[in-house]
Amino acid sequence: MDLKRINDFEWGVGDSGKIFASEALIEEIKGDDSLDQVSNVARLPGIIGKSLAMPDIHRGYGFPIGGVAAFDLETGVISPGGVGYDINCSVRLLKTNLKKGDLIGREKELVHSLARCVPSGVGVRGAVKLDKKKLDEVLVGGAQWAVDAGYGLAEDWKHIEDGGKLAGAMPEAVSVKAKGRGMNQLGTLGAGNHFLDVLIVDEVFDDEVARVFGLELGQVVILIHCGSRGLGHQVASDYIKLMGDVARRDDREQMIDDRGEVMDRELVNAPIKSELGKKYFGAMCAAANFAFANKQIISHFVRENLKHYFPSLKMEVVYDICHNIAKVESHFVDGKKKDVLVMRKGATRAFGPGREEICEDYRKVGQPVLLPGSMGTPSYVLVGTNEAMKKSWGSCAHGAGRVMSRSEAHRNLSFDEAKKNMEELGIFVEAGGKKGMIEEAPGSYKDVDEVVRVCNNVGLGRKVVRLSPKLVVIG
Amino acid sequence: MKGIKSKKICYFMSYSFLEHTADVKFRADGATIEEMFVSAVEALNDVIRGDIEILGQIEKPFVIEGKDRVSLLYEFLEWFLVELDSEDFLVSKIKEIKVEKVSGAEPNVESFRVSGVVTGDKAENYKFTNDVKAVTFSEMYVKEDEGKFVCQVVLDV
Repeated sequence: MDLKRINDFEWGVGDSGKIFASEALIEEIKGDDSLDQVSNVARLPGIIGKSLAMPDIHRGYGFPIGGVAAFDLETGVISPGGVGYDINCSVRLLKTNLKKGDLIGREKELVHSLARCVPSGVGVRGAVKLDKKKLDEVLVGGAQWAVDAGYGLAEDWKHIEDGGKLAGAMPEAVSVKAKGRGMNQLGTLGAGNHFLDVLIVDEVFDDEVARVFGLELGQVVILIHCGSRGLGHQVASDYIKLMGDVARRDDREQMIDDRGEVMDRELVNAPIKSELGKKYFGAMCAAANFAFANKQIISHFVRENLKHYFPSLKMEVVYDICHNIAKVESHFVDGKKKDVLVMRKGATRAFGPGREEICEDYRKVGQPVLLPGSMGTPSYVLVGTNEAMKKSWGSCAHGAGRVMSRSEAHRNLSFDEAKKNMEELGIFVEAGGKKGMIEEAPGSYKDVDEVVRVCNNVGLGRKVVRLSPKLVVIG
Repeated sequence: MKGIKSKKICYFMSYSFLEHTADVKFRADGATIEEMFVSAVEALNDVIRGDIEILGQIEKPFVIEGKDRVSLLYEFLEWFLVELDSEDFLVSKIKEIKVEKVSGAEPNVESFRVSGVVTGDKAENYKFTNDVKAVTFSEMYVKEDEGKFVCQVVLDV
């Protein structure tokens, strides 16, 4: 793959792709197929500008993880591979009125209690009982449905991307199979890289913006990472198959590479304005709303749980952002404002000051951008910038990005070593199983500080605070 | 199972895991396509249940169709994920299995069918955490190689 250095933090992939990365990160990025995936995305019909990749890029399906691209609404396509299997896999940050000292001496008790209050793992059923009609209401109402149903406070959804409810959801476009998978999973964390962390604000880079976000030094905050569970996974699978059938039938040229072979079945797509394209968009919005509701319900369980330990607890949503999503947004194209479809796969929106999509409380400074590290490394809060609007369709990295395979993690680390490493860092971990403890260990991820340094220097997001993990629950 | 002439399974499962940055990739094989399908399910099950033995308390029949052998394998593996999430069913073993060509929905178009019986148990009886989100088409193939059937699958975890 033709990789050209443009400057210290930007690299050209052929003529049609661009990666934001440092020299150190690009060496890791070269190690997998993600550069080819950037190039494949650039060949999709109706793409506007370049196929972009954030500094945490690694190999995905169709799009790389960290891939961002914008498409013309008339000539462009939408692809489930541009969104991912875990639709609206996303992160929520909650702030509390607790201080670091409130946790001291109670860490084990608290992490154990938090792990028990949120169902996690495989085959685990959520406490929320749904029937078909109620599930359809969840798919339309998202986090707002959850609040109305008694899970949380009225103001919770106001600090969620799109108010925790994507317009355009079409429950009727979600298959019976997908609904069956989600029926018992609302209010569950899942497994794999999904987590619930308690962290401390340990450094403030931008006092003014931190104040706007309600964050201060020594404050206890909570970070929750989960998605749309089996329902979202099945929506992706269903539409990959449906679009594959149609692409095969119509002999869609963009699916064929230079050698005349199918480029990547995971990059299958449909024109945005086609019936199938519209149906996928509607089903994707419905799955995204399921994810918003899921995180809202988990937040409620966490809040209620911590109140047993801290009766005067106040816990408010700072922000909740999508990682895997396609959205119609207004951007400047050749100097003119234009509605385009932006697909972000393992990337977050990072809108700068003044955008009307940002909730009123933050609109003047830009939206919060949440960038989690691993269980043993810091996480960051950044703020969206005008620079991101110009360079990356208002997008930023979504995390540290995996760099080590799961099998290599097992070769390098035992469960006891992984546990000991965390204990030495003063981090209390409750993991559903030994596998997660090893596979999600810090060494499996890129250097989050370096990812954030690139984002900050390119201007995709500006550093606001750093968060240091104290209690970690992994699914 | 009534109406299906299936093979009783009795052979050594064969699969191996390969390197993948973020997810799980495996290669499975068998002397017949049926054996290869069973090996693939064993690999999937290995990811989900790890070392935990699942009891064969419940029997379930299955009939799954696909347009070609790759699609059939995708649909077959996905069936287990759907059963787990929707019916709380965890597979223990494939008891009977048959793969055959059948007439497709459209004239002169063949498709493939896998049918048989699987045994397993309710997932709520076990504690495990290794979620598989989806089967993917990424790098997926089914082929005949030196008298064996071989497949490769990447699971999104």
